[in-house]
Amino acid sequence: MKHIFADLHLRLNPKNLASASRIVTKAASLGYDLIAVPFLPDTQKEEMDKLSEICKSAKIDFVNRVDLQARTRDQLISQLRKLRRRYELICVSCETKEIARQAAKDRRVDLINFPSADYTRRFLDKAEAELICNSLAAWEIDAKPLFLLEGSSRARFISSVRREISIAKDFKIPIVISSGVSNEFLLRKPREMVALAGLFGLDEASALKAISTTPVSMVKRNREKLGPGFVAPGIDVMKEGDDC
Amino acid sequence: MKRSKRRYLLLQIDVEGSLNEREFLDAIWGSIARLYGENGASLTNMSLIKYDEEKKSALIRVSLSALQSVRASLALITRISDRSVAVQVIKISGTIKSLGARTAQ
Repeated sequence: MKHIFADLHLRLNPKNLASASRIVTKAASLGYDLIAVPFLPDTQKEEMDKLSEICKSAKIDFVNRVDLQARTRDQLISQLRKLRRRYELICVSCETKEIARQAAKDRRVDLINFPSADYTRRFLDKAEAELICNSLAAWEIDAKPLFLLEGSSRARFISSVRREISIAKDFKIPIVISSGVSNEFLLRKPREMVALAGLFGLDEASALKAISTTPVSMVKRNREKLGPGFVAPGIDVMKEGDDC
Repeated sequence: MKRSKRRYLLLQIDVEGSLNEREFLDAIWGSIARLYGENGASLTNMSLIKYDEEKKSALIRVSLSALQSVRASLALITRISDRSVAVQVIKISGTIKSLGARTAQ
């Protein structure tokens, strides 16, 4: 079976199309079939369309995503209400425990990311895991800190993620592994990402799931939901009007 | 004594400018040692079979049991001598012969 590989966190600069094009071409040559690009909540549709065109020419599926960095719970809820139907993926970057808890409870959130490599600011404990497993969200792990950190800080980061993965496994939380990079020299093949996931204690099958099945099915589910005829999972409007 | 199984890895080196064999080999050993320690590095039985500076490709041999560790270490090489580098594994094989055609290209 051929895997469809996805990188749900490829940081492209919509203002620098030459660099974006280089990174997208590189991602396609490394074997990725789908990439998600994070945008700011107020990004213009034209900018997204330009990146979408670049991806189309590189024969790679483009997904738009927004990273929410709310300061308070109410701000997060308001952003979710405003942006849910505009973006195919919504990720919440959790800087505080309050935001992490709210993101884990909310069924409009697709991805939960803990951007800090500092273990005191990563909030995937058992309480958080229990909330996530009752929602539709997946936990996203960026590989970027592995490339940027060195020595004891990298060891501490690997140790934190390994502990969090064991909690995630206990609660059956879906895991997504992304690159989180903005430079083509930091892009790695999907199989290298699997090898890197091994550092976190993920076996090969789980790592492959985290870079192919889980992200791809999440994007598919959201595209169905954002479709014009969607009512509920499995229910679509097929025909409208007086003659129904 | 039973001979341990080995794997041959054909590597492509994406680098700005050029890189000599010594720098490349030191970078691989350094990355493995940083990630797994000196003992871990010794268990990989890594050796450089061929290095082509012009084509920016290399062929290394590692112990099968350390394959994933070496792949992870190679993936973590990002800079060599202040130059951005990415080492990609192009092909893995159990025999050097099957990689021959690919190396010749």
